[in-house]
Amino acid sequence: MLVYSYKQNNIEMGGKEMRMQNLFYLLIVGLLTSFMVACSAVDNAANADQPEETEENAVTDNIEGSSEDEGDTIKVGILHSLSGTMAISETSVQQAELLAIKEINENGGVLGKQLEPVIEDGASDWPTFAEKAKKLLQQDNVATIFGGWTSASRKAMLPVVEENNGLLFYPVQYEGMEASPNIFYTGAAPNQQIVPAVNWLLENRGDSFFLLGSDYVFPRTANAAIKAQLNAEGAEIVGEEYTPLGHTDYNTVIAKIKSENPDVIFNTLNGDSNVAFFKQLKDAGVSSENIIVLSVSVAEEEIKGIGADVIEGHLTSWNYYQTTDTPANEEFVANYKAEYGEDAVTADPIEAGYFGVYLWAKAVEKAGTTEVDKVKEAAKGITFEAPNGTVIIDGDNQHVYKTVRIGEVQSDGMISELWHSDEAIKPDPYLKEYEWAKDLSESLAE
Amino acid sequence: MQNTIYQKLLSNKVIFSLIFLILLVAPMLLSDFRLNLLGKFLAFAILAIGLDLLWGGYTGGVLSLGHGIYFGLGAYCMAMYLKLEATGGAIPDFMAWSGMSELPLIWIPFQYPILAILLGVIIPAVVAFFLGYLTFRNRISGVYFTILSQALVIVVVTLFIGSQNLTGGTSGLTNFETLFGFHINASSTQTAFYWITVFILGAVFFFSRMLVKGRFGKVLIGIRDGENRMRFLGYNPSAYKTFIYTLSAAIAGLAGMLFVLQVGIISPTMIGIIPSIEMVLWVALGGGRGTLIGPIIGAVFVNTAKTGFSESYPEYWTYFLGILFVLVVVFLPNGLTGLFEKWNERRKNKNVSNSIRVEKSVS
Amino acid sequence: MISDLSIKKENMGAVNFLLHSGKKGLIGLNEIILTLFNGISLGSILLLIALGLAITFGLMNVINMAHGELIMAGAYITYVIQHIFMDYVPPTQYYDLYFIVSIPVALVVAAGIGVLLEITLIRHLYKRPLDSLLATWGGVGLILQQTARSIFGAPNVGVISPSFLSGGLEVGSLIFPYSRLFILGLAIVCLISIYYYFYRTASGRRVRAVMQNRQMAECLGVSTRKVDMMTFAIGSGFTGVAGCALTLLGAIGPTIGTSYIIDAFMVVVVGGVGALFGAVAGAFGIGIFNTIFEYVTDATIGKVLIFLLIIAFLQWRPSGLVMFRSRSLD
Repeated sequence: MLVYSYKQNNIEMGGKEMRMQNLFYLLIVGLLTSFMVACSAVDNAANADQPEETEENAVTDNIEGSSEDEGDTIKVGILHSLSGTMAISETSVQQAELLAIKEINENGGVLGKQLEPVIEDGASDWPTFAEKAKKLLQQDNVATIFGGWTSASRKAMLPVVEENNGLLFYPVQYEGMEASPNIFYTGAAPNQQIVPAVNWLLENRGDSFFLLGSDYVFPRTANAAIKAQLNAEGAEIVGEEYTPLGHTDYNTVIAKIKSENPDVIFNTLNGDSNVAFFKQLKDAGVSSENIIVLSVSVAEEEIKGIGADVIEGHLTSWNYYQTTDTPANEEFVANYKAEYGEDAVTADPIEAGYFGVYLWAKAVEKAGTTEVDKVKEAAKGITFEAPNGTVIIDGDNQHVYKTVRIGEVQSDGMISELWHSDEAIKPDPYLKEYEWAKDLSESLAE
Repeated sequence: MQNTIYQKLLSNKVIFSLIFLILLVAPMLLSDFRLNLLGKFLAFAILAIGLDLLWGGYTGGVLSLGHGIYFGLGAYCMAMYLKLEATGGAIPDFMAWSGMSELPLIWIPFQYPILAILLGVIIPAVVAFFLGYLTFRNRISGVYFTILSQALVIVVVTLFIGSQNLTGGTSGLTNFETLFGFHINASSTQTAFYWITVFILGAVFFFSRMLVKGRFGKVLIGIRDGENRMRFLGYNPSAYKTFIYTLSAAIAGLAGMLFVLQVGIISPTMIGIIPSIEMVLWVALGGGRGTLIGPIIGAVFVNTAKTGFSESYPEYWTYFLGILFVLVVVFLPNGLTGLFEKWNERRKNKNVSNSIRVEKSVS
Repeated sequence: MISDLSIKKENMGAVNFLLHSGKKGLIGLNEIILTLFNGISLGSILLLIALGLAITFGLMNVINMAHGELIMAGAYITYVIQHIFMDYVPPTQYYDLYFIVSIPVALVVAAGIGVLLEITLIRHLYKRPLDSLLATWGGVGLILQQTARSIFGAPNVGVISPSFLSGGLEVGSLIFPYSRLFILGLAIVCLISIYYYFYRTASGRRVRAVMQNRQMAECLGVSTRKVDMMTFAIGSGFTGVAGCALTLLGAIGPTIGTSYIIDAFMVVVVGGVGALFGAVAGAFGIGIFNTIFEYVTDATIGKVLIFLLIIAFLQWRPSGLVMFRSRSLD
């Protein structure tokens, strides 16, 4: 019967609608042509900056890092997801990086030149990250890229930056087991976040653990390390659950948790799932007094989405909180709020994105050039008074020394620090320093 | 059927030669990066041809929103070989930190390049055959098939993400080095991949065209217009549908392999629900469903638009792309190639009443 | 009360689950009840998000892929209403009413978006159902997501659940969260009102007439144009309500729609397109099976199993649970 109605509709469609259609054809043709023209114009503009690129010299061209010494600006790439599911987290990091660039420019730029950010959208899609990174390095000849959030996006960009001998500053805590010569890791390595968090929990909160994470590389790898550590300490793992990314119903998982009744839930959930998990955990009558949850992917920004009333009293482990008491942080928070509104909050990845830009700028100033190899050389041992304290680039693995901080979520959505490490901890992405991690790091031996 | 000169232009050699001419000179005009992008779009175009065979008026609108998985299966086959090649026989890093010590059984065939390439076509085809056989035999059609294909996507993607020790999980497979000893990211290798893609695109196109122009194609059109009548005439429509479905899955697998070679990464984000629907959008926007040339234009056009918009307006490109999609779907029911056809028709039908014209465009 | 529940600290494999439920009497019973409740609760959530789709897709044959974005709209409306209350209502006993207020507002606003969508887009695509899929997914969905991002910012926003829905009903050692019970109730209320509208009012009768035989209805003087618009608006409105309810359980962000849309389609298809009560059976069937699978295995395998079950089910009943048999062939 539907078929009949189609025909009916069509016969009724008179000349008027046809004419309207024709109008729109014109419109679309116009749109198409203008787009094609625009596209080629963009391309030309991009190509104008560089010498004629032929097949042979393209690669060598990039290896030289050709943006130096030409023009009065230095192009830097910013590559985060501005659309798709990861935009909820990544846009704020992008904002922090733009703030740092703006501040640097106001203070005279780098090597006397202004920084010119080239923004691209990774669209929460890893092949897109690879494509855009390639575009930034090959078409725009950026001096460095600041970008990424998920481990998958970093892994997608890794071969591209290595191939083109570019630079990438990656601002998020991650699972370790990696040290690319072309990537600077400004987030925490596992020994600067997870390992101390487990130690602290064992000392202060009990020794039966429930591991809960999203089903992807960071939680699985992190939990492998945690399990090794807990086994070595003689603690008990009563459960381990992974939920697909974007999972929204945690009733069943919570039922399992309740029946196991652990002391601690070690939470490596990512993104939206945290909101669902904490809301439903509270509804199920579990509060921080019964079972404490320590999260490593929940910062001030995420707390806003979860609701402070829901997550109050639970713990986090990071290197930085908005409340961290350093002079640099006071200034950073004030500037960030001035730029993005009184309601904006700062958080660990935001801060790591921010000081990453400064670290790169310092290294370039020291090297006197934006040439990648020289910048990398100059970056070794560079220090910077970041909002979280003094950070130092480790020359061995291009991670940074950072102070570890365990915090408790307050009713106003801020995190107050319960404990911090005595000094900035040396990054150890492969966990080589730990006896219990021997199997893990050995299996990865080159 | 209409023998106007424009129709001839469109359906005959001129426009094909024009397109292939453009593809031939592209390497001289485009930078490495752009050529690489074009190569990727052409890999998508190959997949779009397969989808068009299935959907485009030949099998009564079997719309699959699950071709991402066939694309992905092909891509993973190629990527597994490349990964093993890059590690030089050692097990890939993600397996090591997932606690595995030796290469799992299902990876072993992928040490051999020829076998990997063959499997990249065979595995999608086999999966599609089983699903198609059951589904079409049980006469699941229309929107039920479409939703079923989405369910399959969810199953495959969840499995791929869930078995990180075998597939690399969300990160997928990346960081490749060589193929047959050639450095995969070298400019010359990439140009070669481009040529291979163009060649395979041409081959797939002409093969598909031959298929649908002949007797086989006539049966398909018969099935489209009256499945039960064909059944009463002694044909077995589900066998034909299964064949086309399997063929289009194999083509998708082929496209997936070419994608991996040129992009250097495959991950579940590339095979999930969103890309699967996007693939259909290429065919729809290219239009002229069943023309086989429309999907090529559509795949290249949509992806060019996507890349162009997102490079020029990284913050707002989704608006532009969304508006473009809506406009084309609403006002160009036959897609971009429909523009040409409309133009022909109008010239031809100047004196024919509106209603007949409209009725024709329905079918 | 939590310690009451703790049985034994060991992994809960499939075998253990069965053993527990078999041997340990009461404890097993508790688990069964809890799993059943969780299944019904998940079913009610699925029903709520699929009801609107059962109307727009089931009755009207419009494949509206922007359905998820209507859920998102409902969720953001709750957020906005809460902010209005924050600003203008003192934080006293009336403050919690924001949630009650936002349900009808979400209904109306989402219906309004639905009308807008129908007039500008869907209307042109009734004769091309698959095209409506493409336009709403690629076009409308993208645009609505980006709009939300532009208005509310990319990060998730938070809604504080009303205090009368926090906590849960304690029965013995079991806790049934009020928010879950509320959603169950809301789903039933929505279902009844939709049923009442379609089967007990003159206007609903007209809708059914148009959907069953458009020409005949038109001949009898029904304005099919108006009926189409209204039906789509009703479907969209109830989707908005679902979004409002989901703020109790999940995130509120620009892309939340994408996590619900496929589930919603599965419910409608399993139930049988065009059958309202098929959707009910579909929702609770999927909900209960999904929970059991997830409890016995884990979330990932549970998800795989439930979708495999759907595929197998469709092989068995190619047109869903509730089929309309006719003798027509082509």
